[in-house]
Amino acid sequence: MHEWALAEAVVSTALKAAEKERLQEITKIKIVMGELQQIDAEIFASALKEVILPQKETLKNAKIEIKAEKAVFKCRVCQHIWTFAEATNQLNEEESESIHFIPEISHCYLRCPQCKSSDFEVIKGRGIWVDSIEGEQ
Amino acid sequence: MDPRLEIIDERLKEIKRVIAVTGGKGGIGKSLVASTLALILSKLNNYRVGLLDLDFSGPSTDLILGIEGIYPKEEKGIIPPEIYGIRFMSVIYYAQDNPTPLRGIDVSNAIIELLAITRWGRLDFLIVDMPPGIGDATLDTIRLMKKTEFLTLTTPLKVAMGTVKKMLAMLKELNLPIIGIIENMRTAKSPSIEGQISGLDVPYLGTIDFDENLESSIGDRSKLLETAFAQRLREILLRAPQFKLEVNSGA
Repeated sequence: MHEWALAEAVVSTALKAAEKERLQEITKIKIVMGELQQIDAEIFASALKEVILPQKETLKNAKIEIKAEKAVFKCRVCQHIWTFAEATNQLNEEESESIHFIPEISHCYLRCPQCKSSDFEVIKGRGIWVDSIEGEQ
Repeated sequence: MDPRLEIIDERLKEIKRVIAVTGGKGGIGKSLVASTLALILSKLNNYRVGLLDLDFSGPSTDLILGIEGIYPKEEKGIIPPEIYGIRFMSVIYYAQDNPTPLRGIDVSNAIIELLAITRWGRLDFLIVDMPPGIGDATLDTIRLMKKTEFLTLTTPLKVAMGTVKKMLAMLKELNLPIIGIIENMRTAKSPSIEGQISGLDVPYLGTIDFDENLESSIGDRSKLLETAFAQRLREILLRAPQFKLEVNSGA
């Protein structure tokens, strides 16, 4: 349940944003869930619910929107662009789990399908990101 | 917004002191000092000690301490496994023996991820083994682990001294706490660096002689603790008031 740690991070971000913007209530949190981190959406959503529970005042009516984002890589050497879906056959279960904990570990196990370089950029879909927080003052 | 940045303080809040073992150059003994320091502290006064290896491209604290076959537990985050009385965290759990060819932005992202998901619990000391220089890991340590105190290492070599002076200048400019400087690998022919650092206004904690027997103790913590290197480090640790230990030297 490492998803729990990320859910706590999201709630902490929302609460700090509320404090900074002097929001009485948060009405919506939009979260982007990057594919590379392979977060279990159900576990993440239920962890989020549980972490939110004690924050009744600020977050009780918050609508949570989670949008999945496909992971896309770009090779820094040959400029080739490819997707995580195309790369997953390069990974065994253990490697996949290591990337789940630290997405940058993908540089240990993934290679550019065209030139075999490990020097690539994750241009989209790395991990959890808070896209926006909406609320009322 | 990167949510991970907002949880790091929370993850570190039960850690009393964070000590980053740092220096300008590679090969000056940072990982050895960090690992041995963690071992020595874990045997003093029931201190709870963690060791974090932030040298992603050349992690070696696991090799020095002979750590293998352990893995963090997943429980609302990741819990570093305890070995030899040290809660140990390193990228090796995930990279294993593979090279970790990370650019700056990736190093930074991996550090943020590790700090955001690792649950250290209560610690008296978290020792951080830093990669050489003032690159991403140092900048992120300064940015993200705000209670960090810096233990600086150098050798008597001119190139090591030249770079450590720059590092100290940066830390001082930022007004960050510097425990002091240890001179490592001193030989009979080495020039004294004490004069060279006197103008820097940084506590000079002592010297550790070059220890020819150290290499054969790598991977064996009991042998490591018996080396002249480890005994001298222990002496410095217990004597220098800058470490602010709540122990008596007989502990």
